[in-house]
Amino acid sequence: MDWESPGILLMARPFGEADLIASAFTEAEGRHAGLVRHGQARRHAPLWQAGNLLHLRWTARLADNLGVYSAELAHPTASLAMPSAGALAVLNAALSVAEGALPERTPHPRAFAGLLRVIATLAEPARALTELVWFEIVLLSELGFGLDLTRCAVSGQTTDLAFVSPRSGRAVSAEAGAEWAARLLPLPGFLRGANAMPSEADLAAGLRLTGHFLARDAFGASHRPLPAARCALYERLAGTIFLDETDHD
Amino acid sequence: MGGPEIEQLIGQFARLPGLGPRSARRAVLRLLQQPEARLAPLIRALEAAAKTTRVCGLCGNLDSVDPCSLCRDPRRETGLICVVETVADLWALERAGVHRGRYHVLGGVLSALAGTTPETLNLTPLLSRLSGGEVREIVLALPVTVDGATTAHFLSERLREFGVVITQLSQGVPMGGSLETLDEGTLAAALRTRRAV
Repeated sequence: MDWESPGILLMARPFGEADLIASAFTEAEGRHAGLVRHGQARRHAPLWQAGNLLHLRWTARLADNLGVYSAELAHPTASLAMPSAGALAVLNAALSVAEGALPERTPHPRAFAGLLRVIATLAEPARALTELVWFEIVLLSELGFGLDLTRCAVSGQTTDLAFVSPRSGRAVSAEAGAEWAARLLPLPGFLRGANAMPSEADLAAGLRLTGHFLARDAFGASHRPLPAARCALYERLAGTIFLDETDHD
Repeated sequence: MGGPEIEQLIGQFARLPGLGPRSARRAVLRLLQQPEARLAPLIRALEAAAKTTRVCGLCGNLDSVDPCSLCRDPRRETGLICVVETVADLWALERAGVHRGRYHVLGGVLSALAGTTPETLNLTPLLSRLSGGEVREIVLALPVTVDGATTAHFLSERLREFGVVITQLSQGVPMGGSLETLDEGTLAAALRTRRAV
């Protein structure tokens, strides 16, 4: 058994003294684990950094074996993100959500494309955050917990949408939701199709929205909390230290 | 082959880093063949180390005294602290003999996927040392990985309130390295941190 595919490295943890167990997300194979022989060696270490886009080759004797990975670097996401605290926070959040929520060996091409857009925009953390929110919406949809942000659940209207029901995941118009505004989740403009660059408040609202459904449905279904890195990203944004941060070096 | 005691000894050796069952067997055989010259001194050294080794309450280093000999050394700069992940990193820097300040061992790095949080790091003694007001510079010598960089950013934000200079080891082309064989990530970092000559 073998396949070759581009993949985003979600996680690599030491296995024994020299090897790694790596988990990567590919378009055709989904989230897929494999053994990396000598992955901890000095010359291989830069390759197996979480977030890197790799050209992966997986081989195994049988399809249900763990198998062995080998790879070539396609895009050094990790080293490009390292100088920026904001980019790293987005990367850590996206990878931990993907690693925790995606089932193994099930293809989710739309989610893969969404995560690819997140890592492609990391140089601009505000854009990457927008892409992260979209990735999480797609991920929820791929996992069977899709949100309906196109029309009001009460009136059916497609304009003036301002809230999302935390119970049904359906949009609610400003007029229909006015009475229950405190109980509803705000729907930020960029998720309604507004073209303007989202503000920090909009991005925080987007993360709050997807975070609620990820915690309740994608992670809650298996009785696990939202990953700490995802919670930290929201707290970081809510604390308004995200976009005005200066590069570390 | 050997009795259960010898097999147990081989098993204990094989669990050490750098040793597998075959090399553990060779090492044990050498010890047992020369008990007076090799085994007895090893037992004495192990006993002494087990009895006296402790973690330094100031920096987290391993030594037979607390505070450790590095923290006690009056010739070392008290205003300069190098923060490292593990004791092995501290010892590596000491081997190089280039850092004349003090150290602090974090005992790990933040990891989004392993779930390592700031609470699990050895941070309190570092914050206490900074509160004293003597420290003027913190050098972050952490691994150049996603987790290491996340920890460096966290520390630089957390320590900003103390008003100390925070620096980081530079990244780039290793000694004796050629550009042709370097990975793209290292090359990008080297170019980003270039300096005037």
